[in-house]
Amino acid sequence: MSATGIGAAVRRKEDLRFITGRGQYTDDINRPGQAYAYFLRSPHAHAEIKSIDTRDARAADGVLAILTGDDIAADKVGGLICGWMIHSKDGSAMKAGAHPALAQGKVRYVGDHVAVVIAETLAQARDASEKIKVDYKVLPAVVDMNDAVKKGAPVIHEVSGNNTVYNWHLGDKAAADAAFAKAKHVTKLDIVNNRLVPNAMEPRAAVGDYEPGTESFTLYTTSQNPHVARLVLSAFIGIAPEHKLRVIAPDVGGGFGSKIFIYAEETVCVWAAKKVGRPVKWTADRSESFLSDAHGRDHVTHAELALDEGGKITGLRVNTKANLGAYLSTFSSSVPTYLYAPLLSGQYDIPAIYAEVDGIYTNTTPVDAYRGAGRPEATFVVERLVEVAARETGVDPAQFRLKNFVRSFPHQTPVIMAYDTGNYQAALEKALKMADYRGLARRKALSARAGKLRGIGFSAYIEACGIAPSAAVGSLGAGVGLWESAEVRVNPIGTVEVLTGSHSHGQGHETTFAQLVSDRLGIPIDNVSIVHGDTDKVQMGMGTYGSRSGAVGMSAIFKALDKVIAKGKKVAAYCLEASENDIDFKDGKFSVKGTDRNLDFGSVALQAYIAHKFNGQDLEPGLKEGAFWDPTNFTFPAGVHICEVEVDPETGITRIDRWTAVDDFGRVINPMIVEGQVHGGIGQGVGQALLEGVHYNKDGQLVTASFNDYCMPRADDLPSYNVGMTQTPCPSNPLGIKGCGEAGAIAAPPAVINAITDALGHEDVPMPATPLNVWRAAQKAVAKKAAE
Amino acid sequence: MYQFTYHRVDSARKAINLAEKNEDAKFLAGGMTLLPTMKQRLASPSAIIDLNPAADKLAGIEQRGRAIVIGAMTRHYDVANSKIVQDAIPALADLAGMIGDPAVRHRGTIGGSVANNDPAADYPSAVLALNATVFTNKRKIAADDFFKGLFETALEPGELITKIVFPIPSKAAYMKFPNPASRYAMVGVFVARRGKEVRVAVTGAGSNGVFRASKFEAALTAKFHVKSLEGVNASADGLNSDIHADAAYRAHLIGVMCRRAVNKANGK
Repeated sequence: MSATGIGAAVRRKEDLRFITGRGQYTDDINRPGQAYAYFLRSPHAHAEIKSIDTRDARAADGVLAILTGDDIAADKVGGLICGWMIHSKDGSAMKAGAHPALAQGKVRYVGDHVAVVIAETLAQARDASEKIKVDYKVLPAVVDMNDAVKKGAPVIHEVSGNNTVYNWHLGDKAAADAAFAKAKHVTKLDIVNNRLVPNAMEPRAAVGDYEPGTESFTLYTTSQNPHVARLVLSAFIGIAPEHKLRVIAPDVGGGFGSKIFIYAEETVCVWAAKKVGRPVKWTADRSESFLSDAHGRDHVTHAELALDEGGKITGLRVNTKANLGAYLSTFSSSVPTYLYAPLLSGQYDIPAIYAEVDGIYTNTTPVDAYRGAGRPEATFVVERLVEVAARETGVDPAQFRLKNFVRSFPHQTPVIMAYDTGNYQAALEKALKMADYRGLARRKALSARAGKLRGIGFSAYIEACGIAPSAAVGSLGAGVGLWESAEVRVNPIGTVEVLTGSHSHGQGHETTFAQLVSDRLGIPIDNVSIVHGDTDKVQMGMGTYGSRSGAVGMSAIFKALDKVIAKGKKVAAYCLEASENDIDFKDGKFSVKGTDRNLDFGSVALQAYIAHKFNGQDLEPGLKEGAFWDPTNFTFPAGVHICEVEVDPETGITRIDRWTAVDDFGRVINPMIVEGQVHGGIGQGVGQALLEGVHYNKDGQLVTASFNDYCMPRADDLPSYNVGMTQTPCPSNPLGIKGCGEAGAIAAPPAVINAITDALGHEDVPMPATPLNVWRAAQKAVAKKAAE
Repeated sequence: MYQFTYHRVDSARKAINLAEKNEDAKFLAGGMTLLPTMKQRLASPSAIIDLNPAADKLAGIEQRGRAIVIGAMTRHYDVANSKIVQDAIPALADLAGMIGDPAVRHRGTIGGSVANNDPAADYPSAVLALNATVFTNKRKIAADDFFKGLFETALEPGELITKIVFPIPSKAAYMKFPNPASRYAMVGVFVARRGKEVRVAVTGAGSNGVFRASKFEAALTAKFHVKSLEGVNASADGLNSDIHADAAYRAHLIGVMCRRAVNKANGK
């Protein structure tokens, strides 16, 4: 291993600019003559718009334009789309209501976009917005899914009269029912997976620009996938054809899924830029982020696990209601279906699984993918069920898992997925040692002496990453293929630019991707630049989410590097006057086999461009190669996290005392960055488990609309992490990578809740396990004990 | 933020003169509550009278006899780190060190906090439990007469706090149960004993702001020991309920925090 190659803990190249304040984020971009947009948002969760009177507002200082849904309709700007078709059990297509970028006749959640004011300054735009008179007829709102599907509930979209977008299912119902009919023991659990606000550090922002001379648009935006944004804005929303629309996603400060989607604000900025003849900027303030960034999770589930007399799992039945919010966001339909139910087998050999999922509209902010997207929800169901089943049958939870793990690979689950490789017992055994499981009883006794309750919780998670084989996702309803592309440009002096369709917004691609190039070409890492986030520079791309950039994005680079090396051999052959078949490439040198004749990589690059040696031969000048990589399978990162907590039964405060993570991410490019991803993921998972939760009141007002009430994890909420790894290289990509970006967020919630419920004598506690919720559960546990 | 007129003043007198001429003017001390409220357009005073140029005259900590005198513009950080306060009333220094975060503690002032009387602020509990006296440009006001309800005090329009005088207790402690999200006090209990008098003040819990817990005071006056509190419970009546804590939980926490405060005050 070289100091900067694959496997080296290279310091992040991008951090110099980030930590010295020299990053270029969307809000740092200012165009000459730029104006500012302010969105007037609905104060009601559900209302008819009878009229919008903008006369006074138009006359206000600095106002350039006030645009409403009528202008959107007049310009035939298409609605926002949901790009994944889900079919209900009866074969009917999902019932999706229209999603105009500015409301047309009706608003459906607090924060819905009513009008946009464009003015010389943001303050003027905001002042003018207060002069807009909207005559609302307030309608009854519904925020609870059970209420939403009741007869007589308010109808949010006419097209889905009972507010149900789909009743979807997966698996073999008859087989699952048969397993339960024969079961020796059945564990049942009701589970709420709490709704979360993504809260990326950088709020969403957009600058729309129009150049009349070339009739072309540029949109600077906080996107995880600028090419997908261009595709949607072009093909579906109809802003401009793709060759007249450039989308630039510069430095982006965190996304966690929330910046995958194509939102109203970005759409309006680029459309309005032409309309007012000025560049238009919008940057969300934090309050807007709470209201308008797509939220995550929000499932209500009843799940049942069937066991035989030997404690082997024989069946799983899951019924989930998924809150989709007031409109279908870009990929929302897929999250509680194909990103969820196919993971319900967990790490276990379960012969029969049946899952039903209802997607439901409510008068709340749209819900879409958030770090893990469906897989945390699945893991929470499986790992809570397994833990409770072990407790109910009096089996040590580690032993229960060991007994039921998948042991041979490949393994076809009953819910689509074919696990390629893994070693689940190795991770669990390693984690048990690292966590000093044997010493638990002693630690519990020590805690008890101090009046505290100690508990331990396991989470043996699996996820499907490296999203995704295009044919597979196409057959499941996706509107896109999920390959990735790369172009490797070698300059005449041997430096390299890699243009990638992946997008880095915290993942460290500028370092890890450069490590791959340094490793393969044998050149210094500082001779490599990674270019991403600009549709005019990068050929094409599907972006970054679903832990796909390593497994899919780097595989495309790997393939392009193969082509560069192959061409380099041809060039070297001419220069070294040898047969191409006799040229070896190793450690940055092209050499003739069995001789000391060689040329370094930079010299071959120069020869490729000056083309003196092969003019007129069957070889083109230059050294630039592109590749697309389309995976043949998902990847299956898996691991075991063990959380140990101490609960103060008097106050309900939970303190995480220790955390052990053993993950199998396949081949690791940069262990430091991977460990950072694990830390960050656990932090978000602990946030969901202990602290974060969206709360709406019955009228649909967002109660947790600021950090005063929405509890984000802080450093002192989190423990130090004891991180270990096992490695089974992924067989379906050339680097053996599985992906690591979401693991922590997927693994953590059940580990925490299993630990707290262990501490509380198995009394259930909802997420987030706030002091209030834990105290209430502790009171119940005490009462039950007293009654015994 | 809406438009407003901004005044800088270098003395309390000038501040008061200006306030008399501007009916809805607001004094700006640390601005830790006022400025965020204005930024969110929830407050729109026509004028701001910035006291910071007068901070030298209005800030400072000194011991006078058996009392600690703290100027109104003294920052939380300075109270938390004052040797004088740490020696004389360590519970008060502790409390100041628990307010907000380091940025807030370097800007926020004791006078601003007490004048604002946020029902979840920490300082009001210390003022009430330590039986402090609030001095203004016009008069002095006993703690028991000062706090009037949510964000309400005995201060009249244009009246400015100049200093607060804390008698030194023989024993005192503050225990705070922070709101997990905001880290304001969800329940904060300040216990203080001076001579034979024991005072227990509760912040964060009451729907009408800071209050004295008379049952706890009576029990502790008999004997200042945690055992005196056995069977003493706070009533949930009149306590706040929100998504973080209902009234019953807050009532429970008042007992827990009070017992812990008594133990701490007794050096346990």
